[in-house]
Amino acid sequence: MIVIIGLIAWRASGVWLALFSVITMTLIGLLGLWQDSMTTLAMVLSSVIFCAIAGVPLGIIAGRSDRFEGFMRPVLDAMQTTPAFVYLVPIVMLFSVGNVAGVLATIIFAVPPIIRLTSLGIRQVHPELVEAAQAFGATDWQVLKRVQVPLAMPTILAGLNQTIMMALSMVVIAALIGAGGLGSPVILGLNTLDIGEAVIGGLSIVLMAIVLDRITQSMAKKR
Amino acid sequence: MDVDDKIIVKNLYKIFGPNPDKAMTLLGQGLEKTEIFERTGMTVGVNNANFTIRSGEIFVIMGLSGSGKSTIVRMLNRLIEPTAGEVIVDGRDVVRMSHDELLKFRLHSMSMVFQSFALMPHMTVLENAAFGLELAGIEADKRRTRAMEALAQVGLEGWEDSSPAQLSGGMQQRVGLARGLAVDPEILLMDEAFSALDPLIRTEMQDELLKLQEQDKRTIVFISHDLDEALRIGDRIAIMEGGRVVQVGTPEEILQNPADDYVRAFFRGVDPTNVISAGDIVRDTHPTLIKTKVGSLRAAQELLSNSEHDHLYVLDAKRRFLGVVSSDSLREAIAEHAKDNPIDLAFIKDARAINTADSMQDILPEVASRNWPIPVVDTDNHYRGVVSKNRFLKTLHRTEERLDEQQGEMNAA
Repeated sequence: MIVIIGLIAWRASGVWLALFSVITMTLIGLLGLWQDSMTTLAMVLSSVIFCAIAGVPLGIIAGRSDRFEGFMRPVLDAMQTTPAFVYLVPIVMLFSVGNVAGVLATIIFAVPPIIRLTSLGIRQVHPELVEAAQAFGATDWQVLKRVQVPLAMPTILAGLNQTIMMALSMVVIAALIGAGGLGSPVILGLNTLDIGEAVIGGLSIVLMAIVLDRITQSMAKKR
Repeated sequence: MDVDDKIIVKNLYKIFGPNPDKAMTLLGQGLEKTEIFERTGMTVGVNNANFTIRSGEIFVIMGLSGSGKSTIVRMLNRLIEPTAGEVIVDGRDVVRMSHDELLKFRLHSMSMVFQSFALMPHMTVLENAAFGLELAGIEADKRRTRAMEALAQVGLEGWEDSSPAQLSGGMQQRVGLARGLAVDPEILLMDEAFSALDPLIRTEMQDELLKLQEQDKRTIVFISHDLDEALRIGDRIAIMEGGRVVQVGTPEEILQNPADDYVRAFFRGVDPTNVISAGDIVRDTHPTLIKTKVGSLRAAQELLSNSEHDHLYVLDAKRRFLGVVSSDSLREAIAEHAKDNPIDLAFIKDARAINTADSMQDILPEVASRNWPIPVVDTDNHYRGVVSKNRFLKTLHRTEERLDEQQGEMNAA
């Protein structure tokens, strides 16, 4: 697994990031949290993949329609500002405790940035470029595929990066409703007032965040 | 409809705002643009435009910013939806086309060049040039060949793989032009295409455009706010003010006969001798002699003695210009030779004809240095008449008087 992460980092950026990722992940392993960190990685990635699948199309629609954007904005605001504990209760009631509920809560919290930034990216495409494509007979779909999405890509990837960070920040709260992962040592430490345990968990989350952030950012830069 | 008419614009209106019908009613009641804006908050972009663009000509639409010229050109391909009116291209009304028909029409019949170039920054120069072909679903090989040809036409060989950002402004607009040419459209819309370029490059691009136009004749609709540009490249010019088309005509027609003060103000400061050509002031006042087999000195002498003029212009059976004879040269020739000799003996030696397209500036030295009216021929060498010193000076005097008048009005105001 360390090797795979190292390879991805190497492909995305270069030798230095690969080396940094490998050392960081080994460090987490030495802290004795390897299992938990893999659970967290799996949860984060699955929520982020879902966020991307749902968020990018929603963002594109919002980017092309002022009405949809007007409708989405308060919804997104609510999703980002409502304290997670408020929607944890119904989620737990519906899905009981465990990883599924954790992923769901993460999605609600993490999907807004990718929608917002996709919409922003589409809107930032120079209107003249869209007009030029239309003047040459492009259909709406062609305008989207050949002009708007490629030009919005850096912004969309920045949104993806933000979504990953938000997902990681939900790890502790997800652990509260029984999802495993790096959140559990933190919660455990909190309950038993074991400062060392909590710090180790927190440190691992931060290290993992740094690795994921650097990898996705250099992916965005490469485009 | 004339066969030559490519685009006919009829009663075209564009109202910007939430309730165009209301503004249209007010326009029908004869209200002005400013009044309508005050009463309804809606802007009249184009107000009852009517003109015809002929096949193969460069038609310049000129006006200051806000005069509606960019709106009009966008209504020709419906990037902006007209509020009312017709745009008939080759007999088909663009305004009534379905969405699919419109896309097809844009793909194949009309392409556009933009002021801001509007090149796709994420594509190479070649991909940009091939963009229209790609949208039309042409296969990769063919569109590469076609795009390379178009790039070669605008002098950009060797730059195919660069990105547009690496090119200078002038070169970027060449790519824009190549993109427009690659789809081989019958109509090319150019929206202030050269306005963003610096003057030297602009002139170069204008020449380039004229050269391309000579190779294959397209119908070009060119938007400009630059009068010099309009006069340089325009076969005909439409002048717009506040959404209205004020006057349509050739540069000479408009210069010699401006429709109103606005047009006159536009042309203030233009040197008329650059615009008015020999063809505009030519008069067929002098006697001509068709030289058949026997065109003799005697015939010429008779013709001249019956005429009030001193010069005789000799043409062949197809009215092509051959030479000039004066009463003096005729007398000398008769003194040396018999009267039955061919007329060629009496030709004035340095007499040469000027072309109808030459400007007054070009023909000035010739007119001033000769003491006979200068013969004018068209491009097929057919004789059209003469330009005399008198006629030249009168024209100059008249246009100058008009300029002085305007200057006077300006000072008074």
